[in-house]
Amino acid sequence: MSRSTAAKSKRRSGTNGSDELIELRLYVAGQTPKSLAALANLNKICQEHLQGRYKLSVIDLIKKPQLAQGDQILAIPTLVRKLPVPIRKIIGDLSNLDRVLVGLNLHEPEEPK
Amino acid sequence: MATAVTRTTNGTRSLPQLEKSPTGITGFDEITNGGLPRGRPTIVCGGPGCGKTMFAMEFLVRGATEFNEPGVLLTFEETADEMTKNVASLGFDLKELVARKKLLMDYVRIEPSEIQETGAYDLEGLFVRLQYAVESVGAKRVALDTLEAIFSGFSNQGVLRAEIRRLFRWLRDHGLTTVVTAERGEKALTRHGLEEYVSDCVVLLDHRVTDQLSTRRMRIVKYRGSPHGSDEFPFLIDQQGFSVLPSSSMGLNHTVSRERVSSGVKELDEMLEGKGFYRGSTILVSGTAGAGKSSISAQFADRTCTDGGKCLYVAFEESPSQIIRNMTSIGIDLDKHIKRRRLFLEAWRPTQSGLEMHLLRIHKLVEKYEPDAVIIDPVTNLLSGSLREINSMLMRLIDFLKTRHVTALFTALTQGAHREFEQTDVGISSLIDTWILVRDVELNGERNRCVYVLKSRGMAHSNQVREFVLTNEGIRLAPVYVGSGTVLTGSARLTQEARERADVLLRKQATEEKRRTLEQKRRAIEAQVVALQAELVEDEIRAGIDSEQATARELALEHDIAAMTTLRAGGDSSRRRRVHNGMRGRTT
Repeated sequence: MSRSTAAKSKRRSGTNGSDELIELRLYVAGQTPKSLAALANLNKICQEHLQGRYKLSVIDLIKKPQLAQGDQILAIPTLVRKLPVPIRKIIGDLSNLDRVLVGLNLHEPEEPK
Repeated sequence: MATAVTRTTNGTRSLPQLEKSPTGITGFDEITNGGLPRGRPTIVCGGPGCGKTMFAMEFLVRGATEFNEPGVLLTFEETADEMTKNVASLGFDLKELVARKKLLMDYVRIEPSEIQETGAYDLEGLFVRLQYAVESVGAKRVALDTLEAIFSGFSNQGVLRAEIRRLFRWLRDHGLTTVVTAERGEKALTRHGLEEYVSDCVVLLDHRVTDQLSTRRMRIVKYRGSPHGSDEFPFLIDQQGFSVLPSSSMGLNHTVSRERVSSGVKELDEMLEGKGFYRGSTILVSGTAGAGKSSISAQFADRTCTDGGKCLYVAFEESPSQIIRNMTSIGIDLDKHIKRRRLFLEAWRPTQSGLEMHLLRIHKLVEKYEPDAVIIDPVTNLLSGSLREINSMLMRLIDFLKTRHVTALFTALTQGAHREFEQTDVGISSLIDTWILVRDVELNGERNRCVYVLKSRGMAHSNQVREFVLTNEGIRLAPVYVGSGTVLTGSARLTQEARERADVLLRKQATEEKRRTLEQKRRAIEAQVVALQAELVEDEIRAGIDSEQATARELALEHDIAAMTTLRAGGDSSRRRRVHNGMRGRTT
């Protein structure tokens, strides 16, 4: 279930002033409803807001439990924004769009710029 | 621990009991009758700095090293590196254990500031990590230190509580003996009420300061399915790790010895049936300052070591070198015993720690050196606190020493010369087998020491008061003079002794005189007898001469008569004349 979607870093006006690559990791544990919901929500958000400048990997801890320690994963599902630093974590099924954007530091009103 | 099967009191049925997992923590397995419940979680709670983490760590380390049970530590507050450094002071080499795959440490970092919650989640990640860790070392033991940290990381209490409940279930299902540490709460045992999920065993650690001395205590709040000591047990964390002072609950069932050990003072042994103390008994030497308690102790120590035994001497008033120097002055060479590793002189300040800590230290020393005799000089320095507390503490110590057949000699300082000596030590007197009292007697401007045996269980001890004399060849006990309501000691005793000697001399002289007079008289009488006998012999001789003369005269007379008869009868005139003349001569 691990898969990776990469897109070219491309500046897109309207959402965010940054054109940095956003590297995301989604940790799940098997195909639980929460995991599936999170993945679906994330895909949607990426499509809508991060088109072309994100890299997403999905890690299933059931298959690779040793990876949980590295990113200090406790809650499932957890979305980790590895880049840009600092690391941010969003836990839950990502059903609240605003909060996800705030969490990823992508939301317009929250941006001081 | 093997399957614990115990006979019931009627001895006919046996019931399987709760299986236990020994922690290896000194004393803890004793008070819990075997350790923590095997395959179940235990909560260890307490305030900050009470030793929760140390308990958890020692549980894992001992499990890995002594019981071949690998362990997993999930630490929520300290990194593995920090933890390794922290417990290195206890002599635990975590790096080596990790390298040998006996231990796995996973630092679970929770940073609330970098976490945003959106929507439903669970803590499956924690389970995944735990399971992965347990499987990679084949763990039988788990420690979660401090699980409650997750409460700060997640806001959804409902989810948290459900997950904690699931975690404990999971631990039980996997048969993992687990220690979960938790902060002490204000009203409940733990701040977040973890105890409601763990009903098997709850251990409360406490760290309190009384009279500026800190004491650590432990209490088993709950232990389902097992009897346990419910008292507060003092414990210590030192270079050897955790140690709990076992209680007095072992009861009065120690076996006793009939063997006797010398006190080191010949005359004192004489007062104790001539044999000394019982081995393994408890002796109290009490007295005022400077009464010679330490000297008696040193003499006993010296004797024990000379007889081939080992002795632990715990001093609270003097440094070891000072004791050695001072005892040399009364002819006791302690140094040679120390060099031969027979005598162990340990000294520390009584103010250094609380009573329990002192006793724990003594415990540990006794376990280390395995002495035949223990001297605590003076035990009264330990007696700060309530009487009940002191009593129970000393009882624990005495019980401990008795079960090991260690002869214990305590000295006790009694306050003031005018109080009742027998009452000042009421707190411990009932625990003592042999009680020797050293007291000062002030008389004629002198202060002298008297010794007597106040009590000595199981022997016909002397009721005499003896004077205690320190010579440069050790202690001597001299008989004292008792008369007209006072005892004579010191120079008064010497005077009395001199007087007595003079009296003896006088009596001796008088007898001699009498004997001489009698002899003279005898001689005089004998002389008289000799004189009288001589007189008698003289008389007899004289009497003999007289009778001869008389016979001669008789003969002459007869002759005369015969002649006269001849004359009358026929011209024998010459014969008659002769008779006549004879008659005449006789009358003249």
